[in-house]
Amino acid sequence: MRHLLSVLMENEPGALARVVGLFAQRGYNIESLTVAPTEDKTLSRMTLVTKGEDKVIEQITKQLNKLIEVVKVIDLTEGAHVERELMLIKVKAPTPVREEIKRTADIFRGQIIDVTPTSYTIQLTGTSDKLDAFIEALSGMQILEVARTGVSGVSRGEKLLLV
Amino acid sequence: MSEANQQPEMMSGGAMLIRALHDQGVKYVYGYPGGAVLHIYDAIHQQDKVEHILVRHEQAATHMADAYARATGKAGVVLVTSGPGATNAVTGIATAYMDSIPMVIITGQVMSHLIGDDAFQETDMMGISRPIVKHNMSVKNPADIPMMVKKAFYIAESGRPGPVVIDVPKDMTMPNGRFPYHYPTEVSLRSYNPVQKGHSGQIRKAANVLLSAKQPMIYSGGGIIMGDASNELRELAQLLGYPVTNTLMGLGGYPATDKQFVGMLGMHGTFEANNAMHHADVILALGARFDDRVTNNVKKFCPNATIIHVDIDPTSISKTIDSHIPIVGPVKPVIAELIEQIKASEQKPDAEALAAWWQQINEWRERKGGHYKTDNSGQIKPQQVVEAVWRLTKGDAYVTSDVGQHQMFAAQYYRFDKPYRWINSGGLGTMGFGLPAAMGVKLNFPEAEVVCVTGEGSIQMNIQELSTCKQYGLGVKILNLNNGYLGMVKQWQDMNYESRYSNSYMDSLPDFMKLAEAYGHIGITIRHIDELEAKLAEAFSYKDRLVFIDVIVDPTEHVYPMQVPMGKMNDMFLSKTERT
Ligand SMILES: Cc1ncc(C[n+]2csc(CCOP(=O)(O)OP(=O)(O)O)c2C)c(N)n1
Ligand SMILES: [Mg+2]
Repeated sequence: MRHLLSVLMENEPGALARVVGLFAQRGYNIESLTVAPTEDKTLSRMTLVTKGEDKVIEQITKQLNKLIEVVKVIDLTEGAHVERELMLIKVKAPTPVREEIKRTADIFRGQIIDVTPTSYTIQLTGTSDKLDAFIEALSGMQILEVARTGVSGVSRGEKLLLV
Repeated sequence: MSEANQQPEMMSGGAMLIRALHDQGVKYVYGYPGGAVLHIYDAIHQQDKVEHILVRHEQAATHMADAYARATGKAGVVLVTSGPGATNAVTGIATAYMDSIPMVIITGQVMSHLIGDDAFQETDMMGISRPIVKHNMSVKNPADIPMMVKKAFYIAESGRPGPVVIDVPKDMTMPNGRFPYHYPTEVSLRSYNPVQKGHSGQIRKAANVLLSAKQPMIYSGGGIIMGDASNELRELAQLLGYPVTNTLMGLGGYPATDKQFVGMLGMHGTFEANNAMHHADVILALGARFDDRVTNNVKKFCPNATIIHVDIDPTSISKTIDSHIPIVGPVKPVIAELIEQIKASEQKPDAEALAAWWQQINEWRERKGGHYKTDNSGQIKPQQVVEAVWRLTKGDAYVTSDVGQHQMFAAQYYRFDKPYRWINSGGLGTMGFGLPAAMGVKLNFPEAEVVCVTGEGSIQMNIQELSTCKQYGLGVKILNLNNGYLGMVKQWQDMNYESRYSNSYMDSLPDFMKLAEAYGHIGITIRHIDELEAKLAEAFSYKDRLVFIDVIVDPTEHVYPMQVPMGKMNDMFLSKTERT
C-alpha cells in the first residue's frame, strides 16, 4: 500500500541525512521525498511517499519518530487529506503540433511558462496520477525534460501537524 | 555558578569541554591524542579533576568506556583525534550501539573552514557514525560546548541508551578563546521525550493474562540490567512463582542460582529454557528484543504463546515477533505497576497448572540436555575451567568476555547472581572486547575481582593493552581458553562444511606466558586437569597483579545445546551425535 508520511523535524544540518540514511540502511523504499522549512524557521517539514505492508509502515513510522531531531510524524493516508505534486515538463513544439500541445495543457490546466520557437515548458500541478496522465497524453510528442517535485500534502479540515 | 550575581568564568572551548565533563561527574576519559585534539589534551593537562587513561589503540578506549557503562549504568567517555583516531573508535561505537550502552565519544575534527577539503586527517565522522549512534552532533560555536555535553549525556543515558558522538573541529577549542562557562542543570528537547511509564490499561491487561496462564515464562533481556530493574524482576517472579529465562545480555538480571531460573535461552540456551519457551502459553518479555539468536525461525516461534512485550523502545515491539499486549515504557516502573496490579487482583496464579508445568520443566532439567561430558584423558574441558573459576571467585566476580566458544561457555557455566557483572558484546559480537572491557571495570572497581574469559584468537585483537594495564596497574585476570583454533568458526565448519577448516587454525601462536612477562605481568600455563584448581588458585592469589592464565583446553569441544538452523525454539543439537 502507498503511504504519505509527513515528518516535522528540527531544521538542522544532518537531519535530512538521518532520514535518508534510515531508509537506505533498513531497506525501506522511498518513492519521493520533499523537504523545506516551514513558517517556523526552526522546523522543516518533509513529505515522503513510501510503499509497504502495514507492518513495515509501522516500523518506518516508529523508526522516524526515534530519530532525535524528528518532532512528529503522521501518516496522511490514514485520513482525508489533499496532496499535490508540481511538474515542469519541456516538450519539443514544432509548428504542426504547437496547437495540440497547448490544447492538451489547457485540458490538464497546465500553464506554459516558457516558450521558444521550437519548445514549450509547461507547469502542471496535481496528484501524481494526474501528472502521469499528462505525460501519457503527450506520448506522441517529443518530451525533452521532466522535473517533478515529489508529493507534498496536508490533512483535510481541522487536523494539523504541529509541535 | 552557585551565586546568581557571580560573573561566569571565561574559558576556552577546550577548557570548557573538560570542565563540563567534570561537572557531569565524569572521573575518567579513555582516549588517545592527535593533532585535532591537542588543545583539548592541553586543557586536560591543566587540571586534575578529570583523569585521562591512555590506551594503546582507540578501539580499546571505547570498550573501556563501554564496560564502565555496563557495570554502572552511566555513560563512559571517549576522546580520540580526527581521521584514523575516529575510525579506530568505530568498532567500539557500533558495539555499544548494538547493546544499547550509553557512551559519549568526543572525536576531533579538522578546523571548520577545512571541512570538506579532504584536509589532513579529515574524515566525515558525522557520516560514518550516523548508522551506529543514538545521536551525533558537531560543534559549530565554542559557546555551545557545555550545553552540547549536557545534551549528549542526557540522550546517551535516557530512554533506550546508546552512544552519542560529539565531533569537535579544532578551532572550537582554541586556547585563546574566551567564553562564559555555565553548566546547565537541565536539558529539554522538544523532539525527544522518552516515555516515563507504561500504559496502565495495558499493564492491567497483562496482569490478567499472566494470572490466567497455565504454562507461563518470563523472558528477560539486557533491558532489565540497563533499566536497573532486577529487584523488581525478582519480586515479580517470586510473587508469581513462574520460571525465568535470561538472554545472553540479560544474565545476572535474575539470580542464576535461584530455583526458578531455567538458564539462558536461544541459540546456545539450555534444553529446559528452550523447551519451556516453545511450550509456553504466555510469555512475558521484559527488556528483550526477540533477537534472531533467541527466536530461531520466527515462523515457528512459540506457536501457543500470548506475548506480552515490555520495552522502552517502540521499534522493538512487533519488529520480528508480533506482540499481543505491547507495553512501551521503562521496565522498572512497568514491573512495579504490574506487581501492584497482581497483588490487587482477586485472581491468583493457577497452582495446579503451575505445579504440572514445573514438573514438566524439572523433567527437562533432569535430562541435562547438552551438558558437557568429562573423560579421563587428563585434557581440560573449557567448561570445567569456567566452573572452577566460578567456585574460586564465589560467583561474585565481574566477568568480561570476548567472542566465540569461550564466551558461550562463560555464559552457560558462570552462574551470575547479580546484574552488571556479566560484560560481553552480544549484539555486534566484537572479538577484542574482553580485555579492554575488563580494564574499564577494574579501573573503576579496583577492589573487585575482574576476569576476562577469552580465546587465543580474540585476545590477540587487543593484546597491546597489556601495556596499558601495566601503566595503570590494572590487575585483571585473563583466562585464555586456548583451544588453538578460532573455535566457534571451527564448530560451524564441523557442523556445516564437513570439517573443512578454512582458516580457522591459527599457526604460530605466541608463548602467552612469556608475552605477559614481557609486558611486566605474570603468566601461568595450565595443561593438565590435575593442576587446574591449584594453579587457578595461585593465579587468583596475586591480588593486584595482572595474571595471564593460559589454559590449554580440548580443541574438539563444541558448544551445546545448539539450535538447529531454521528450526523451532526447541529443535537442538545436544552433542555431536544427538539431536532433539
Ligand atoms: C572482530 C571479529 N572478527 C571475526 C569474528 C567472527 N568470529 C566469531 S567467533 C570467532 C572465533 C574466535 O576464536 P577464539 O577467540 O579463539 O575463541 P574460541 O571460539 O576458540 O573460544 C570468530 C573469528 C568476530 N566475531 N569478530
Ligand atoms: Mg580459540
